[in-house]
Amino acid sequence: MKAGWETVIGLEIHSQLATRSKIFSGAATAYGAEPNTQACLVDLGYPGVLPVLNEEVVHMATMFGLAVDATVAPRSVFARKNYFYPDLPKGYQISQFELPIVEHGELYISDAEGKQKRIGITRAHLEEDAGKSIHEGLEQNSGIDLNRAGTPLLEIVSEPDLSSAQEAVAYMRKIHTIVRYLGISDGNMQEGSFRCDANVSVRPVGQEALGTRTEIKNLNSFRFVEKAINFEIERQIEHLEDGGKVVQETRLYDSDKDETRPMRSKEEANDYRYFPDPDLLPVEISAEYIESVRQQLPELPVAKQRRFVDDYGLKPDDADLLTSSRALADFFEAAASATDAKTQLVANWVIGDLSGALNRDGLDIADSKVSASELAGLLTRIHDNTISGKIAKQVFEAMWDGEGTADAVIEAKGLKQITDSSAIEAVVDEVIAANPGQVAEYKAGKDKLIGFFVGQVMQATKGQANPGQVNQILKAKLGS
Amino acid sequence: MSLSKDQVQHIAMLARLKLNEDEYAESVEKLSRIVDFVDQLSQADTAGVIPMAHPLDTAQRLRPDVVNETNERDTYQQNAAAVSDGLYLVPKVIE
Amino acid sequence: MSAAKLEMHAQSMSELAACLDRGDFTSVELTRTLLDRIAKLDEKLNAFITVTAEPALAAAARADKARAAGDGGMLNGLPVVHKDIFCTRGVKTTCGSKMLNNFISPYDATVVEKMADAGAVVLGKSNMDEFAMGSSNETSFFGPVRNPWDLARSPGGSSGGSAAAVAARLSPAATGTDTGGSIRQPAAMTGTVGIKPTYGRISRYGMIAFASSLDQAGIISRTAEDAARLLGVMAGFDERDSTSIDRPVPDYLGGLNESIKGLRVGVVRQHFDAGLDQACGDRVKEAIAVLESLGATTVEVDLPNLDLSVPTYYVVAPAECSSNLSRFDGVRFGHRAENAKDLLDLYCRSRGEGFGDEVKRRIMTGTYVLSAGYYDAYYLKAQQVRHLIADDFKQAFAAVDVIVGPTAPSPAFKLGDKMDDPITMYLNDIYTIGANLAGLPAMSIPCGFVDGLPVGLHMVAAHFGEEALLRCSHQYQQATDWHTACPEDFK
Ligand SMILES: [Mg+2]
Ligand SMILES: [Zn+2]
Repeated sequence: MKAGWETVIGLEIHSQLATRSKIFSGAATAYGAEPNTQACLVDLGYPGVLPVLNEEVVHMATMFGLAVDATVAPRSVFARKNYFYPDLPKGYQISQFELPIVEHGELYISDAEGKQKRIGITRAHLEEDAGKSIHEGLEQNSGIDLNRAGTPLLEIVSEPDLSSAQEAVAYMRKIHTIVRYLGISDGNMQEGSFRCDANVSVRPVGQEALGTRTEIKNLNSFRFVEKAINFEIERQIEHLEDGGKVVQETRLYDSDKDETRPMRSKEEANDYRYFPDPDLLPVEISAEYIESVRQQLPELPVAKQRRFVDDYGLKPDDADLLTSSRALADFFEAAASATDAKTQLVANWVIGDLSGALNRDGLDIADSKVSASELAGLLTRIHDNTISGKIAKQVFEAMWDGEGTADAVIEAKGLKQITDSSAIEAVVDEVIAANPGQVAEYKAGKDKLIGFFVGQVMQATKGQANPGQVNQILKAKLGS
Repeated sequence: MSLSKDQVQHIAMLARLKLNEDEYAESVEKLSRIVDFVDQLSQADTAGVIPMAHPLDTAQRLRPDVVNETNERDTYQQNAAAVSDGLYLVPKVIE
Repeated sequence: MSAAKLEMHAQSMSELAACLDRGDFTSVELTRTLLDRIAKLDEKLNAFITVTAEPALAAAARADKARAAGDGGMLNGLPVVHKDIFCTRGVKTTCGSKMLNNFISPYDATVVEKMADAGAVVLGKSNMDEFAMGSSNETSFFGPVRNPWDLARSPGGSSGGSAAAVAARLSPAATGTDTGGSIRQPAAMTGTVGIKPTYGRISRYGMIAFASSLDQAGIISRTAEDAARLLGVMAGFDERDSTSIDRPVPDYLGGLNESIKGLRVGVVRQHFDAGLDQACGDRVKEAIAVLESLGATTVEVDLPNLDLSVPTYYVVAPAECSSNLSRFDGVRFGHRAENAKDLLDLYCRSRGEGFGDEVKRRIMTGTYVLSAGYYDAYYLKAQQVRHLIADDFKQAFAAVDVIVGPTAPSPAFKLGDKMDDPITMYLNDIYTIGANLAGLPAMSIPCGFVDGLPVGLHMVAAHFGEEALLRCSHQYQQATDWHTACPEDFK
């Protein structure tokens, strides 16, 4: 970013809640159904029908509120946001306005210098999603599919505490991790279950007042969030430096062109005429209810990370990586509990070889070809010196390729480590005998040559000799 | 207080109502009378009074998260003027 | 027997139930008689938008069969009419509007379902002010309804079709809805009984919404006893309506015969001021004297914010209606303009063509009071005043069991008389609107005539005080016979 400017960003994240039925009706929320086959009379806004609130959305919002140290409102109110749009069947969206269900939360991200930075969460409110407009293949028409109408959303609004696209992404990832930990959203961004609007403004360094902001709508990947915000920052700065003014408007990110442009349909200044929905009564949540939800809350990433450092003695960064998803953390813990190998070794393998293999094959941890107990079996063989760490990598690849457990692979390929000192001594003798010149140089003081001898022994044993023993025996025989 | 034609046009636009010239004239006149009439409210002393959105003082009842609706698309779409392949049709929307 | 047959249409529901039980006639005979009457007489009244002859006869036949088998609910084989605001499956449901002229409901309103389950025979759907917005039945797309007592006059509104049909003996009872007086005012103007129960007592599911925090379904009948019978069927919790109240339904019929000795009746000072027609006021005072003679004690009560109830209502109701009626956009149901050139044109013309003047006026009023810069001054203010009005009632009910007064400021007015000035039309509901704002049960019963036109006595009770209203009305009707009067041409 250009020197002399700073950026202020706030995010509004829409997270679809993973309920079976819709927020105000008994229609299914499953993704991918034929158009309008999951749109019941309530979702269609038929005359005379009425909304009834799904208890699970209240539960999920409460969980989220507790997870971000927010206040869960004892009383919250649904309001109507009035505007006409074809994907909005009633001509209003049921949302929360003045009294949202969650307020005053926070979480921490790492900023550019690696320091912890607090990001405030202004509020999180419940609302219904709209339907979908389809523009392709219908000539002069658009087609409306209302299957998604009435799907529950939790809209999570941050304070304008984010100062760069990177921070925005880090924050969004944190929220993404939390909702998936809680099991309240599948977080599937391709299907639109997790998306955000970014409010972006810039101002000269030192200026108190906020600059005019623009809102970039419907960003549905972390990459797009970063690119769209960076584009928008540059655009605004360039425009201001040229003596122009930023216009407060809604913009759309075009990923093909990597640019943002004003949204045509939102040009007309809207007046949403919010007012309390007379079909719905205030939602009341008791302190006892909140307490019972708190009791059942799963361990959250921050606590888990701390525990991984304290209990397993992991490096904080590794603990951070391992707790980035609940499934990964669970995998690590399952593996660690099934072996006597050092926990840091388990961590290294989960973060290193295992994650590498998953990435390479584009697999999710849930679909790993090597299970946690199988990995533990491999690590146990490193721990008890059956194989070296280097051989273990070979064994792991074979396991990944479906050749069986660690023990089966070691057995089949004869990879067992040689720990019999007489056998190692015999090889050492051969190596010393075969390299008189190097022996002389070593004895003359060229200590570094020890590596050469180790290498020769390992080569002769196909890597199966115990490296520690090799070192020890060599040094003794070379008499230094 | 009298409403201007501009105001009435703005309201009609927000409400998505097309009015002809006569209707505009009548609306300006009648809406102005209605607004004058409800302006009486300004005389009421409501300092500290909690707004009442609802006649009964009860809380929202919750519904279990159960799917109990089935696909009735064909029945429901019989009331629609324009559908194609299960989609409701509207003139092309440009974003 | 044959005498009973001749008089079928003149009987109350309770009398009809007894006749059916005795076998004086069958439900099919009764239904046919009333359908014939409708065919012959309704062209004078225009009380019906749709007559459902075939399904009615089929339902009557089923009811007769059930009765023969010793089965059947509280309304078995008894004819009713539904206001055309209640969604009825497979039947046109218009809400009095061009917007829904071709709308066939794919589902039944809870009220419709409950009455059908109790064995009711639905003769048809009654005419009404468009989307229930009106007090004269002149805003209907299907033309005005005429008052059986004087065809040049309005039957009141918005449930004018239901009231006219019951008054003219085309049906013993009908459903109605009441947002600001739409059951009670037409009941008063047609000499019938009208009850609007406590908000939340009857499910609103399937009742096309006008103003959701005020709308309540109710009944128009000829006797309080019939109202009690119908209310027992219609009332009750409905999981499809978040605002319906989960509370047992009392035995309304069972409580009717208790005396009203010691009943504390409040008479509102403000009800008898300059706004009230003198002769109407006299009838109401005579009715109060009857209640006293039956043992009730009267107390003067104050409703200091009564004057503000109409302006409050004309902010709250339009605000809610402007939002409720946004769903009528020509896309999924309802009138759709031809050859729209773009989306905006489709919306504006579908709605501009589909809605009548009064509906458009209220949508615009509501849009205005909710819009940026006006919300606090109008909508929020009105909600505060609404609270004051509700508190006035609360205070009054600390001292009395029911509040009585006139239902409307005058008897039925001439068609066309009030159409030019919305404000004078709105003021017709001055005595009834308060009950809607506060969510209270209220009732109107006939209490005499002025120049050959019926006058209504209005009663309001505290929340869930329907039993007191019904008992008081029934006892009054045992002592008087205003409710048996029948307009000359419809005997
Ligand atoms: Mg938003
Ligand atoms: Zn939102």
